[in-house]
Amino acid sequence: MKSISAVLLTCAFATASCSLIGTGDDQEQATAQAGGEVVLVTHESFVLPDEVQAAFEEQSGYDLVVRASGDAGTLTNKLVLTRADPTGDVAFGVDNTFASRALEEGVFEGHDFEAPAGVSAFDLPGDDEHALTPVDNANVCVNVDDTWFEAEGIAAPQTLDDLTDPTYEDLFVLPSAATSSPGLAFLLTTIAAKGDAWPDYWADLMDNGALLTSGWSEAYQGDFTQGGGKGARPIVLSYDSSPAFTVDGKGGTSTSALLDTCFTQVEYAGVLAGAANPEGARALVEFMTGPEVQAALPDSMYVFPVADDTPLPEDWASFAEQPTDPWEVDPAEVAANRDAWLTEWRDVTTG
Amino acid sequence: MNTWRRPLTLVGLALVPVVVLGVFFVLPVTGMVARGFWPDGDFAPGGVIDVLSRPRTGRVVWFTVWSAGLATLLAVAVGLPAAYVLHRLDFPLRRAIRAALLVPFVLPTVVVGVAFRQLLGEAGPLGFLGLDGTPVAIVAGLVFFNAAVVIRAVGASWESLDARPAEAAAALGASPRQVFLTVTLPSLRPAIISAASVVFLFCATSFGVVLTLGGTRYSSIETEIYLLTTDLLDLPGAAALSIVQLTAVVALLAIAGRLRASADPSVVRVPARPRRPRRSDLGQVVATGLLLAFVAAPLLTLLVGSLQVGDSWSLGNYRALTTTGSQQALLVPVTDALVTSLRTAVDATWISLSLGLLVALAVSRRSRSRAERRIRAVLDGFFMLPLGVSAATLGFGFLITLDSPPLDLRDSPLLVPLAQALVALPLVVRTLVPVLDGIDDRQRQAAASLGAGPLRAVMTVDLPLLWKPLVAASGFAFAASLGEFGATAFLARDDHPTLPVVIFRLIGHPGAMNYGMALAASVVLAVTTAAVMAAVERLRVPSLGAI
Repeated sequence: MKSISAVLLTCAFATASCSLIGTGDDQEQATAQAGGEVVLVTHESFVLPDEVQAAFEEQSGYDLVVRASGDAGTLTNKLVLTRADPTGDVAFGVDNTFASRALEEGVFEGHDFEAPAGVSAFDLPGDDEHALTPVDNANVCVNVDDTWFEAEGIAAPQTLDDLTDPTYEDLFVLPSAATSSPGLAFLLTTIAAKGDAWPDYWADLMDNGALLTSGWSEAYQGDFTQGGGKGARPIVLSYDSSPAFTVDGKGGTSTSALLDTCFTQVEYAGVLAGAANPEGARALVEFMTGPEVQAALPDSMYVFPVADDTPLPEDWASFAEQPTDPWEVDPAEVAANRDAWLTEWRDVTTG
Repeated sequence: MNTWRRPLTLVGLALVPVVVLGVFFVLPVTGMVARGFWPDGDFAPGGVIDVLSRPRTGRVVWFTVWSAGLATLLAVAVGLPAAYVLHRLDFPLRRAIRAALLVPFVLPTVVVGVAFRQLLGEAGPLGFLGLDGTPVAIVAGLVFFNAAVVIRAVGASWESLDARPAEAAAALGASPRQVFLTVTLPSLRPAIISAASVVFLFCATSFGVVLTLGGTRYSSIETEIYLLTTDLLDLPGAAALSIVQLTAVVALLAIAGRLRASADPSVVRVPARPRRPRRSDLGQVVATGLLLAFVAAPLLTLLVGSLQVGDSWSLGNYRALTTTGSQQALLVPVTDALVTSLRTAVDATWISLSLGLLVALAVSRRSRSRAERRIRAVLDGFFMLPLGVSAATLGFGFLITLDSPPLDLRDSPLLVPLAQALVALPLVVRTLVPVLDGIDDRQRQAAASLGAGPLRAVMTVDLPLLWKPLVAASGFAFAASLGEFGATAFLARDDHPTLPVVIFRLIGHPGAMNYGMALAASVVLAVTTAAVMAAVERLRVPSLGAI
């Protein structure tokens, strides 16, 4: 019987000292305030500093609860599936490639308010009720390793057409449109730029040795010459802000974004239809466009603010150049054709 | 009275696990599949049938079957010699090696993927082989992740194998090869089939490996379901593939169940003591060494990468783990995430061990009637099903079915460990059942006739023999929980992310520091796992095996 008591003892010890149960929400309950709580449903990339969350709680009197999981696509589909009984009051993170689906399904409730200057420039076309409020934006652009091109004595590519030029054979790596959101953004770039001829462009791109990976991390960290994994390809699909992260410490940056190849991704926040706390939800949506959140966006979520005159971090101000005229595709058209485009894209790229 | 007691015991033992699995698995999955058949509230199976007749579906199913099948064969082939060497031979560091072999099991695929591709990719030392993005790379990745399952499950069984039949055969003049083929292999067969069926399920439902190592040219059923559910919201399509996946899993389990039936469970066990390696073990030792090299190569790449900042050696990446990232990319320091991971793993382990033990006891009792045997076989298979269902289906299913009282559990902190426990449950059951099957029922009868109650009989007959497999199973459950990403990413609450979720976030941002921290955090996860495994293996009871 000695052995058995040893087992039981071990079990008891293990569960008592380090279980999750019973250690959960004491703190949250202790800080609960008079106004009740606002539940924010979002994707896994959502990060806001504690100070900013505390500022919201102080200004509004509500307690903020964040529930984050999955990517933007997962988030949208979760909202659609739970629209009869939403898991929160506010959703943040639906982007302009998924927004139409959420609107069609009636996931959000309209909330028109006086947003700071600049915000309305990113409003979703066709969103007449103002169900979605823009919070941030980022451009998906082709990035190049300038030091590599300098060392090789070749001029870096500039345009989409350059990428199919034999000079740049086997140099481009990008994530798949089927499994990654920047990948899809680049597919939309080519659809905007080439119209119905986009499949031919992709055929040329693949013939020129473009390498597809499953996600952004595999492409940038694994195959890009300036990524962590020290890959072999000096051209990669990434963001307009990425050059701010390859600063060389000598007053320059080793990469740059090709501003003629960009597609703007906008992320929205909205009040969920059927929210338990619509009042608090509206306060949070308004707070998201306010100065505290807007200023924290670059450092926390690697995206640009939408409100005018928001100060940018130093490296961003110097090295993250935004395109003036990015490519655009109507969100309603994206919603209608996403499936067909992806099927055709898959056929072209897998040959 | 006596005729009723056996079925009642069976029901009593199985009740809790069946209810848990019913609520947290059957209900959500049925909910999602039903949405596919009733897309707008009306029964419209056309969409489902349509997907089944697409040529692409056929290609996806075929790729899944052959890649998983091949990977399983290879994992068994490389795992068997290693199981022998690591569990039957005595040499320095064998416990450490055994613990280290579980490391791949817990590492996030995206990190291992990057490490693998540093070796196989265009710029890597093995780049000349041109394997990057090929099915060969996918199969190699699957073997890398799953060889440990074979080694551990078969090794545990091998360790507690009665040594005397093999010794008798050898004394009668059988060559080592003959002994292995005619005595050892047949006794190991239940364990091998068990391990192989689990490995096959893991391979067939593996998500990250296919995507990361196969580029985007290959789709398995799992990646296809994920894409259809999370990207296209094509629920009829996802339902169709889920049904294909479930049918295939059930068929596989039925076949495995037949093959597994042990020839002669009535053996008295005198476990062999591990012995020093002899010259005749050379082949197995070399094979194990090669396997270790294969497993170690990507891990070493990780380790080296984690120790570099810029072009020089540094511990900077590790020091950074107590911060929230080079910008503020993380809400909590990596060290906090590690604590969350460990706590979650403790919960997942005790849940899956207690459920698994009940299930194993229920299904492994000798049946007195055909009906009883059938019920036990169905139960046995039932608990393997969670391995055969996509995390996306389960995750969305939680949302749409567990949303109203008394099952309003969508935001319960227990959901993550429970989901992980369900993933680990088949591993636990498959590790315990072969051993329980091998216990001579006459021992329990003897105990009973000497006046022991059922509980006392379990304690004195089953538990001493179960100790080692229980240790092995708890290791599995712990490791599976530490490394679980699919379901966790779906459910993780943001204020308490687990370590794999944090690593995924770090490697998903540009900046050398974030990449370095992701590698360092992976190394920490690996070392923690190995340390916990090594500690678990030390929990031994001296009176073991003295029957």
